[in-house]
Amino acid sequence: METHAHWAQYTGWVFPNETIIDWTVLLAVYPYLTGLVAGAFTVSSLYQVFGFERLRPVAHLALLTSLSCMLFVPLPLLLHLGQPLNAMNAMITPHLTSAMAMFGFFATFYVVLLMLELWFAYRPFIVEQAQKRTDLLGKVYKLLTLGSYDVSERALAIDKKWVFWLAVIGIPGAHGLHGYVGFLFGSLKSREWWSSDLMPVIFLFSAIISGVSLLIVLYVVTCKLRRVEIDLACLKGMAYTVWAFIMVAFVLEWLEFANIVYKGREGVDMIMEFVTGPLLVPYFVLQFGIGAALPMLWLTYMIWRGTTGRALVVGVTTSASLVLFSVFMMRWNVVIGGQQLSKTGRGLVFYDLPFWGQEGALVAILLTIAPLVVLWILTKVFPPWDDSHGHHGSDGHSHGTPGLAAAH
Amino acid sequence: MSTDTLPSVDARRKFLGKLGLVAAGCAGASLASGTLGAFAPKANAATGPVEVFPSKDYDWTKHKWAFGVDANKCIGCLRCVEACKTENSVPGNPHQFRTWVERYVYLEGETHAHIDSHQDPVNIAASGAPNKYRFANRYQNTKVEKAFFVPKLCNQCENPACVQVCPVGATYQTKDGVVLIDEKHCIGCRYCIQACPYGARYFNEERGAPDKCNWCYHRITRGLQPACVDACPVGARVFGNMQERESPISLFIRNNRVQVLRPEMGNSPKVFYVGIDKEVS
Repeated sequence: METHAHWAQYTGWVFPNETIIDWTVLLAVYPYLTGLVAGAFTVSSLYQVFGFERLRPVAHLALLTSLSCMLFVPLPLLLHLGQPLNAMNAMITPHLTSAMAMFGFFATFYVVLLMLELWFAYRPFIVEQAQKRTDLLGKVYKLLTLGSYDVSERALAIDKKWVFWLAVIGIPGAHGLHGYVGFLFGSLKSREWWSSDLMPVIFLFSAIISGVSLLIVLYVVTCKLRRVEIDLACLKGMAYTVWAFIMVAFVLEWLEFANIVYKGREGVDMIMEFVTGPLLVPYFVLQFGIGAALPMLWLTYMIWRGTTGRALVVGVTTSASLVLFSVFMMRWNVVIGGQQLSKTGRGLVFYDLPFWGQEGALVAILLTIAPLVVLWILTKVFPPWDDSHGHHGSDGHSHGTPGLAAAH
Repeated sequence: MSTDTLPSVDARRKFLGKLGLVAAGCAGASLASGTLGAFAPKANAATGPVEVFPSKDYDWTKHKWAFGVDANKCIGCLRCVEACKTENSVPGNPHQFRTWVERYVYLEGETHAHIDSHQDPVNIAASGAPNKYRFANRYQNTKVEKAFFVPKLCNQCENPACVQVCPVGATYQTKDGVVLIDEKHCIGCRYCIQACPYGARYFNEERGAPDKCNWCYHRITRGLQPACVDACPVGARVFGNMQERESPISLFIRNNRVQVLRPEMGNSPKVFYVGIDKEVS
């Protein structure tokens, strides 16, 4: 077996066994992807359950995005496991006192729920394609109809109900899944940087802003690629969502930091040395400053001034990109940062991110991009575009989903 | 060691047993008896034919192991560390240990101790090889006010955080109070390493599973002492069965005012210390 361990540099006093960073960048990618799943689902739920009509153009894209990311969530874990062939033991012999034991079940439940919801949402489209197409893809659609070609008004009304209730169940499902990821870290008492009651909530809110931000970027980019006019009301709706949730996320993250500093328990001196030293740029500058405060102020300004048109598109998309970056930095600072602070409370370990290798930067980047490739394929098979109210592409060809109009 | 298997098998069987019960609810009582019959163990751990664990001469219900460390006696010779590495095939590098020794040095006029261990680069340089261990005489030109050594090892906690977090039950507590690892069942997620407040675990890349001190379970269940206890030339390490009133560990705990490491964690460690001070955690 390939040896991944490399000894980390350290300062101060650390336990001998701590001179290896056990959870690598892949363990930062894992909660990042899970967060995108929950966040994207939020957008879909805001439309399906809470009736945010303006989010309609991205409602189906949100579901597809959530599924694409979810399909890759287990991969960083699998790549990290010492014995990946034993991975199914987590589901065959789950040890119920472990915070990690339920992950496989939660993830499976959520994937099934997402697929069901997508099936109901796309059923009219699938039926239409199955009847229209004669090529190989037509056969795939035929298979996907599961033998049900009933697209009568009554059948569609039932579909709509299913979509609604699956979305209702999906809200605690998606958010529970991510809050649970936060609990994985927050429940560990061995590290002061992790051991926090606020951790699951912080993970949840940062997840929401990251998922919505991803959709903003995806929506704007796909509109540009498809040469379709951006629905500013929809974009604004997503911007409002990010704006509202980023404030909560920001306050919670500061509260947690303030708690650590104010309580001043054993090891706080080292934490202060850490955040004012090696973590100064990743934590205060990148995560809080450029990644959170800047987009928050920018969005506030745009909402206050009623910015519209190109300035709004540029402003919101840039803010969303910054939020996406900030949330990744948050995951990094929690997962890697937590391990850099020694359990002794008197030393710092340094993590050297390799570029190559099974747990290197390249694999991490590929894992983050892979869901987008799958999403691209999925949008070809299940076009999520709702161009009914916008201008069609220059080629005059509409990719509109009949199912969108019918299912809602 | 290869003997570390049965309790997790037991746990698996229990789980499968529960699955069997669910199946029973669905398919009726006759099926239930068949399913349970197939999976549930017929004999308990101490008796049946497959339960010669860890050996047929050993009854783990008659032992409650505990460990004592008298830091006043430790001279930092590190024979324990080398003995442990050899006995348990611990990788021969200065970063992975089942047991290690820490050195605490208070210099004149200072309120905090300088702490190091044999993994410190200065000490490695002094030893001359990454698989040989010694403490460099790095304080010879300073005025030392107080200094002492503290041997560390797995605390075999009463409430082990590592066992709690293991998602597959591969790390488990035996009836005699030792925490073992079934590395064949382990998935290698390293959650247990993160959860241990004492830094007692390391990840063995070759085996794809974590490893840690198990008080030489293969020895103690055959009436021997752990290798480190045997190797210690000054009797700083004490080991024994707490169920026996006159065992070395019972006497050690009874005759000394002992303390444990980081009691605030709630783990209830079973390594009892004498002669450590506020800086030790």
